[in-house]
Amino acid sequence: MSTLDTEKSKGFQSPRRKEEHHVNRGDAIIKVEGVSQAFGAEGDPRRVVALESATLDIARGELLSLIGPSGCGKSTLLNIIGGLATPSTGRVTIEGQTVKGPSPQKVAYVFQENTLFPWRTVIDNVKLGMAFQGVAKAEREERARHSLEAVGLADFCNHYPAQLSGGMKQRVQLARALGLQTEILLMDEPFAALDEQTRMVLGEDLSVLLARTGKTIIFVTHSLVEAVFLADRVAVLTARPGKIKQIIQVEEPHPRKSDFMTSDKLSDLRNELYELLRDEIRKTMNVRAEPE
Amino acid sequence: MSKSKLPQRLVQLGVLVLILFSWWYFTLPGGINQLLLPAPAPVFRDFWVLLTTSSIWPDLLVTVREWVSAVVLASLLGCSIGYLVSRTAYSVRVFDPLFAGIYSIPAILLYPLYLLFFGLGEGSKIALGTTIAFFPVVLNTIAGLANVDKAYIRAAHSMGANDLQLFWTVMVPAAFPVVLTGLRLGCIIGFLVILGGETISSLAGLGHRIVSLAENMESSQMFANILFAVLMAFIINGTVSYVEARGRRSAQ
Repeated sequence: MSTLDTEKSKGFQSPRRKEEHHVNRGDAIIKVEGVSQAFGAEGDPRRVVALESATLDIARGELLSLIGPSGCGKSTLLNIIGGLATPSTGRVTIEGQTVKGPSPQKVAYVFQENTLFPWRTVIDNVKLGMAFQGVAKAEREERARHSLEAVGLADFCNHYPAQLSGGMKQRVQLARALGLQTEILLMDEPFAALDEQTRMVLGEDLSVLLARTGKTIIFVTHSLVEAVFLADRVAVLTARPGKIKQIIQVEEPHPRKSDFMTSDKLSDLRNELYELLRDEIRKTMNVRAEPE
Repeated sequence: MSKSKLPQRLVQLGVLVLILFSWWYFTLPGGINQLLLPAPAPVFRDFWVLLTTSSIWPDLLVTVREWVSAVVLASLLGCSIGYLVSRTAYSVRVFDPLFAGIYSIPAILLYPLYLLFFGLGEGSKIALGTTIAFFPVVLNTIAGLANVDKAYIRAAHSMGANDLQLFWTVMVPAAFPVVLTGLRLGCIIGFLVILGGETISSLAGLGHRIVSLAENMESSQMFANILFAVLMAFIINGTVSYVEARGRRSAQ
């Protein structure tokens, strides 16, 4: 990926990226307005409020991490933004339009679980995504090769997903999402199933790649380090019912290099996040310890 | 792999040799009556005649025609009804146990009825074979289509797949291996039950031949024909299993 490094630094200095520190509300590409999500009918003792009046603006070109204790509704929020779930109250708008269902022209997904189709080769998986999105057949091959190159898997076009490691599969999922050429990328714990070393390397590569593409990204994660390392802002959610507790700025230019990983700045931010999260995590544990 | 498989094959071969040996031993002069159980030698001689002459062809043609018709009908019915049932979770909950329940009733009990409806000829065998082969096909089609990993469906939706694309590029290939298993079972039990139907009551076919040879006390010829039917079942099983394995690999 070192070749990407050099050619990318230009892309990264794009004015869009620079602006994002003093976030201009007018430039918000995604607006989350008082979104709540509850499962089960009102009054039902088993009713679960997963998410409570979340309000959030995401600026164009920004990388936002969502972090919080298990079950706090991070993924729910992501699915609502992506149109895969409908909120109980509130609404999400993308470029001023209310989200009512999947918007494949604007939003691409990278899922936590492997959603590559095992009966198709790597490149056919990438091309199928484009077919679903409505890309003309003639364009698919080249675009698919291009996005597989971008994730460093050009040599694995004709492999089947079963022949790849977990980390490579996630790269292919990323390539499939990149091939859709959407403005927005939603990533739902994309590295959760991988070992720590793999996810650190993938995180570095991702930072390089994403800085170059200038996409707007929402990244759900469990990992404090991953959140700080990748994001421009980290939104910390409370224990269930999930609310946005605080948003932390990470003022560090992209692409982030491995020395940022080991910097004091990162560990200070990580500790700050941990302070914020610790109480919330305790809350979820107490709730669980309660006798039924 | 081959090391651990070799003794296994040897044991299997040993069992077959043992059976052949007992057959030969107990039919030696002074042993079992030749009318009840002929010795291996005349049986294999008659079997060789069967293989090298065309005398069995008319009956073979009847049985194969019945079998192919039954399998085609059962596949068409099983796949399309299975598809319709799999469309909603409600109909799966209603029909899946229903089909499984009916499947456990011995369908051969319907045969007298089919003989009345469709006569002694090929119709009643096709009906019986279709009935029996239908169930594994329909049950596996429902299981295959209703249990497609939800993550695949979610991913396809997120990328903008319409219903037709979802069905042909996600549902069908995901369900394919399971449906294939149903088709294999249908092929095999369809053949068995058609032979059974022919032996009970029929005008032609392999089963019919075996019964009329038995009635004429042509024991060695009867056994030769049984051997032929066994060989056929063996070939069908092998072929269908091979096709299934190939299909699975291409769909992996």
